[in-house]
Amino acid sequence: MDDAREVVITADGPVLITGPVEVVLPDGRRVRSDRPVTALCVCRRSRRAPFCDTSHRRKIRTNVDDASGTDEEDRAQPHRTAAR
Amino acid sequence: MLSRTAPPRVDPPPLPRARGPLSAAVLAMLRGEPPLRADPADADPYGDDLQLALYCCYELHYRGFADVPDDREWEPGLLALRREIERVFERALRADVPSGDGTVECAMRELDTLLVEPVEGTGPSWHLRRDGERWQLREYVVHRSLYHLKEADPQAWVIARLDGPAKAALVSVEHDEYGAGDPDRMHARLFADMMGALELSTAYGHYLDAAPAATLAEVNFMSLCGLHRRLRGALVGQFATVELTSSPGSERLVRAMRRLGCPERAVAFYDEHVEADAVHEQVVRHGVIAPLLAAEPALADDIVFGVRGSGFLGDRFGDLVLDAWAGGRSSLRTPLPDAPRLVGSTR
Repeated sequence: MDDAREVVITADGPVLITGPVEVVLPDGRRVRSDRPVTALCVCRRSRRAPFCDTSHRRKIRTNVDDASGTDEEDRAQPHRTAAR
Repeated sequence: MLSRTAPPRVDPPPLPRARGPLSAAVLAMLRGEPPLRADPADADPYGDDLQLALYCCYELHYRGFADVPDDREWEPGLLALRREIERVFERALRADVPSGDGTVECAMRELDTLLVEPVEGTGPSWHLRRDGERWQLREYVVHRSLYHLKEADPQAWVIARLDGPAKAALVSVEHDEYGAGDPDRMHARLFADMMGALELSTAYGHYLDAAPAATLAEVNFMSLCGLHRRLRGALVGQFATVELTSSPGSERLVRAMRRLGCPERAVAFYDEHVEADAVHEQVVRHGVIAPLLAAEPALADDIVFGVRGSGFLGDRFGDLVLDAWAGGRSSLRTPLPDAPRLVGSTR
């Protein structure tokens, strides 16, 4: 095993980096994350850049008559699906 | 890591008030009184009586109750009654949510449906973000306290039932929920801090009597899946549902609290969950679910059951809360002092 740090590029979202990281921003500012894994935003839509806030997710317009269960989710921990 | 503050005293909560024959029977057994006759088959599976009875049975495995001996946790009579109650609850849930088709692809598709965000949603956090009032936010936090003051505990049961990569990844998320070694960062602690900042009681179990059946049912579903190895797939599905959907919902609650001028100490809990759960989503999907399904593809339908069961119970909770608020009523059985006082405001 070499000790190179693993950086995972996900198909749909952020870049995952293991261990504490210090991110240097374009203006020279440094932001530190002490999380065991840090999700770095690469879609540039995050309101918490440079970290992922799931803003990369596909947005859909919900139809009130759509009861498919694939529409809105409100789960700031358990949740609620919209349609109704 | 040591806490910078004195550890809070842990006092088991008092027993709640009965809500019907079934909960009365459970409470009598907990007090060591002569048994009462009660048949779970007669009870509404999602009703106050059955859900409170089940919640009390499960609570013995968490913090217990004041003046109830600890070894009542393994009292055969109580366990037998709990088993009957669980059967009624699980049977109703399985009848109310469509089952998967037995394939791993179906389970993966089910998870993908959780990763889509509506432009404009209608759940409680959407309402709170847009135009929720302070008393409604406080009620929301009271409902959530039934779970969050023991956040991550129901899911911890499943650790011993997993193996290999899925186990390692799930533990890494749980470790984060427990503050990654820092008791002051433990999510249950952050939640209690938020309750204090919102002038709510931080005592474990304080709001049990106030919590309606729909609130208890969500926590009971976690305990049910956590305590039965048979339902480990469902527990992982439930866990995934929370971790995959929490980040955007937490962001809405942060905005709600900032709009309402809540102190930063109150905002910290949901603020932490926006970034933390963006990471957890990735770890759960790629680190827990994918290897678990590779190792045990037969769990696919149970994962689907966990996701859909959580969603179904989450919808019922959201409906109850929003219906009450739309009518200008408290959504709690015992309204907080700042809730609107209307005739019939108690549910």
